[in-house]
Amino acid sequence: MTDLPVGVKRRQFDGVSRLATRGAPVYGEPTDGEWRVWDAGRSKLGATVEAGLDTGLVGGDRVLYLGAASGTTVSHVADFAGPTYAVEFAPRPARDLVEVAERRPRLFPLLKDARRPETYAHIVESDLDAVIQDVATRDQAEVALRNQRFLARDGRLILAIKARSEDVTAAPGDVFEDVLDSLREGYEVLETVRLDPTHDSHLAVVARPR
Amino acid sequence: MTDGAARFGWFESVPPDGLEGARDVIENESTELPEDWPTRAVESDFAADESDYYNKLHSATTATMRAAVREAGRADDRQLTHSVRAIDDAERVANEVAERAVEWGESLFEDLPAGLTGARAMADREPTSSAEERAISLARRAAGLADEADALRAHVERTAPSVAPNLAEMAGPVLAARLIALAGGLESLAKKPSGTVQVIGAEDALFAHLAGRAPSPKHGVIYTHEAVRGTRLEDRGSAARALAGKLSIAARVDHYAGDLRPSIHEDLRDRVVSIRARADDEAAGESAEGGE
Ligand SMILES: C[S@@+](CC[C@H](N)C(=O)[O-])C[C@H]1O[C@@H](n2cnc3c(N)ncnc32)[C@H](O)[C@@H]1O
Repeated sequence: MTDLPVGVKRRQFDGVSRLATRGAPVYGEPTDGEWRVWDAGRSKLGATVEAGLDTGLVGGDRVLYLGAASGTTVSHVADFAGPTYAVEFAPRPARDLVEVAERRPRLFPLLKDARRPETYAHIVESDLDAVIQDVATRDQAEVALRNQRFLARDGRLILAIKARSEDVTAAPGDVFEDVLDSLREGYEVLETVRLDPTHDSHLAVVARPR
Repeated sequence: MTDGAARFGWFESVPPDGLEGARDVIENESTELPEDWPTRAVESDFAADESDYYNKLHSATTATMRAAVREAGRADDRQLTHSVRAIDDAERVANEVAERAVEWGESLFEDLPAGLTGARAMADREPTSSAEERAISLARRAAGLADEADALRAHVERTAPSVAPNLAEMAGPVLAARLIALAGGLESLAKKPSGTVQVIGAEDALFAHLAGRAPSPKHGVIYTHEAVRGTRLEDRGSAARALAGKLSIAARVDHYAGDLRPSIHEDLRDRVVSIRARADDEAAGESAEGGE
């Protein structure tokens, strides 16, 4: 069992042991004092941690999060990590993301396209500990490769691959192999795990720059 | 670091006290590679220490996003409408003027390639008479207008995804903008039934049909979409119907919710695959029949 990052704990909620972080609640999740449930059913990173993958996250990490949407997962990341840059390109979910960021002084929201890292390299710092990616569009490997420039040599890419975003007709297993192959152009894949059935046809990947 | 000078941090032209102009820099500047910005900001006296830097970064980024989403909620579909109409006008006029310039140029110089290519070739020449001067100047105007059309297109490609992320993803930014323009805005596109979306841009053909002069049009501007064009002729009606249905959903999601919804794009790809499978099935059926 890998250790949870400092700032993430297992706690009992209604008699069930669940992941939790400390911070202002965001999406109606159960709370207990200052702790709030990190719902693995709504967060692929939550499910990845729950599955026991060694993400390399230790707490206090410097993070770039790609595909922040309305901030469900990145709010938990900002609760336990250090400076956290959150990229999302759709203005509507960004509306909620700003509210989440407003209450987290080390969460920096950016309305940017993750396929164009040069448009935020003047804001996001270098040598980050982790790039977390959940963009659910085509070319997920390409997005990860382009954003490698932000990672420290010993940093980690933590990626959720959605099979159906790449190809709806192919078997998920084949799609994952293709994406992993492309990813290996710039990364060494350390560990993978299927997130089914919590997140259908999703593969979680931990990799480090080559 | 040798290339350090080429890297530009967002804070370098922003006053540390009021952060005026930070939004413009955050949204519009770019640099290839990141740097240890917190350290650089402290070294250049933008911030007292790392914590002060992050506080400033936090107020700059949240204020920027807040302003951007507020604006995105306003009339950006109107900007998109102007832009896409301007593309069409600029392209049409560039071609017309290029044709005129080339026709003129051929009477003055050797043979020229037709249209804009010819106009661009002319634009590089140095005139030696006053007639040449005018003809070449005209060619340069055509080339300049074509460049403007390209710049407008790039602008639409950049802005359409933030106005209508799902439409832009599904139709491509330019076709998305065209649908919005023809419908008279994103809201009215979102309120149209999918049968109407299917024939947007084919109004002339539709009127001819209603007047009894022509068959009912199967598709309007959406015929340029790969889902329709890439489908064999007899199945294009089904493809256009399926595409129009998904485009209506995309327009509604964009208008009422605004997040990118992967599932509707997957649904469209599913539908197109099954429509195209009909051709394969028939081919397979025929070869099975003719097999013995
Ligand atoms: C599956 S959702 C992410 C959910 C989020 N990670 C969470 O767990 O809270 C995918 C998000 O990625 C965004 N996205 C897709 N392509 C993107 C791109 N190229 N750049 C930035 N964001 C993108 C979508 O708008 C959508 O909000």
